[in-house]
Amino acid sequence: MTAKATTIKTRVTPPETIRDTFTVAKRNLLRIVRLPQLLVFSTIQPVMFVLLFAYVFGGAISIPGVNYIDFLMAGIFVQTAIFGATNTAIGLTEDLQAGIVDRFRSLPMARSAVLAGRTGSDAARNLFVVLLMVGVGFLIGFRFHAGFLPAFGAIALAVAVGYAFSWVMATIGLAVKTSEAAQAAGFIPIFPLVFASSAFVPVETMPNWLQVFAENQPVTRFVDAMRALILGGPTATPVSYAVLWLAILLAIFIPLSVRLYRRSAQ
Amino acid sequence: MTGEYANSLLQSESTSGIRLPDPAIEVEGVRHRYGDVLALDGIDLQVPRGRVFGLLGPNGAGKTTLVRVLTTLLRPTEGRARVLGFDVVDHAVHLRSLIGLAGQYAAVDEALTGRENVDMVARLYRLSNAEAKRRTTEVLERIGLSDAAGRPVRTYSGGMRRRLDLAASLVGRPEVLVMDEPTTGLDPASRIELWEIIEELVDEGTTLLLTTQYLEEADRLADRVAVIDDGKVIREGVPDELKDELAGDVLEVTLADHDRLPRAVELLSPICIGDPDVDATTGTISMTVGDETRCTIAALRTLDDNDIVLTDMRLHRPTLDDVFLTLTGHRAEAEAANGARSGARRRAREGSLT
Repeated sequence: MTAKATTIKTRVTPPETIRDTFTVAKRNLLRIVRLPQLLVFSTIQPVMFVLLFAYVFGGAISIPGVNYIDFLMAGIFVQTAIFGATNTAIGLTEDLQAGIVDRFRSLPMARSAVLAGRTGSDAARNLFVVLLMVGVGFLIGFRFHAGFLPAFGAIALAVAVGYAFSWVMATIGLAVKTSEAAQAAGFIPIFPLVFASSAFVPVETMPNWLQVFAENQPVTRFVDAMRALILGGPTATPVSYAVLWLAILLAIFIPLSVRLYRRSAQ
Repeated sequence: MTGEYANSLLQSESTSGIRLPDPAIEVEGVRHRYGDVLALDGIDLQVPRGRVFGLLGPNGAGKTTLVRVLTTLLRPTEGRARVLGFDVVDHAVHLRSLIGLAGQYAAVDEALTGRENVDMVARLYRLSNAEAKRRTTEVLERIGLSDAAGRPVRTYSGGMRRRLDLAASLVGRPEVLVMDEPTTGLDPASRIELWEIIEELVDEGTTLLLTTQYLEEADRLADRVAVIDDGKVIREGVPDELKDELAGDVLEVTLADHDRLPRAVELLSPICIGDPDVDATTGTISMTVGDETRCTIAALRTLDDNDIVLTDMRLHRPTLDDVFLTLTGHRAEAEAANGARSGARRRAREGSLT
């Protein structure tokens, strides 16, 4: 045996993991720059949602004491972030199918960097889309009412929600393995979570049994925190709930997706 | 280019019983099971350093599974494998910096340029940014892609993609390179181009394990070949030995009147080497006729003398399928449906003719 125990590298160090994560994230972002049509099409959808909700439902839905567009945009930011997270599942499964994940796995890089780089670059992408939504909102009368710092907090929250859901989507993508299945499977949890929430209508307008679900699920917590940061009023309680849910999602889905990633080639 | 010492090793009947001193790759009793499917059924192999080892087999023989075990992508269910003395399971992290993998499909990002693809892999091999840049330029030059390096990969031809994939697997200066079917799906010109690059590499002392469906590829590149079927090594030797066993060319005749197949077989049996192989659906008989043309002439004359009319006649060099028939007594994909079988034969034939 030529192997000497002292010279064998058994683990990847944290600084190496960070560098690998940036290398992978840079590659993913380069893809977005090189294929701008992907970004264009994925921004048209949320813009359409803003316009449809504002002008189609806006007249029918009246929320006492609030301009509907201000109420709506909190929901739109969260929805955009969560819908955008499906790109994580699609990108990851495309890499699996193209053999790029195999290449990564044969390299002396940190295994977690493939997932961290992917979710990180998707967060950067998500920030861009959320800022675009703010711009579109401004054009149709949306305003932040609570000042600069809460506005900053609202945008940070949207990105954080997208990031947490990116890990959920990474888990789904690694479980279903093909991009077509990932696209379909990703939306299954998303639709009930986003629509049976406080995103577009007040929860009190729903039937009682649905209210129980709607009030206690994460998306309502995210939207309520977002709304507090946009409209003003007490923020400590809703933001704490939102942060707690973010922590729960990350605590479940980071280890789960890493586990599935390790097994994905077995 | 073959050292006397290495030569003596290669000439030996089989290395499986002998322990090579300090081999590049050692595989001992490796089994791998995917659910109910036994993809590898007890593989033993030793590959000396600085040589090219060819793993020859049809689709589904277990070649890719073995490649995945050796490149740390897959833990074997049983047995052990060491590359450069490092266990593929226990020392996987360390080993990954010493090996290069060029997979079956060019694992390159179409949206990125050739240079960006290779540079990313160089960084993931832990080269410093400056070193990654230098090495990327060097490797692209070497593989003949300097001019195309700034173009997105989606504008590349299939052959260029494979070369880029090879560049990426070379950028970390691997001591052992594993290539899984490097030329499958390439046109003949690109295939020859890639062969030339591989030959240069090998001259520089890189150990190469290469899987292929093509006998000609193994013949041209490999110092030693293992024929793998159903997850087992069924024969190991230098390519010339394998070819000698095949006893030369194969003649295929297609009869106008399928009812006369039995009579034709009866007439041809004494002329050909071994038993003729009959495909009743197409009315085709294939038989090994050896290297001498008089066997071919005798076969055709006999048929003609007996008024057996042919619609087609082909003479070809042994294909992988013929190797299989000789080595195992069954066609490469005998259990598969007829259509799949003729597919395998067609693939094998294309390989031998290019």
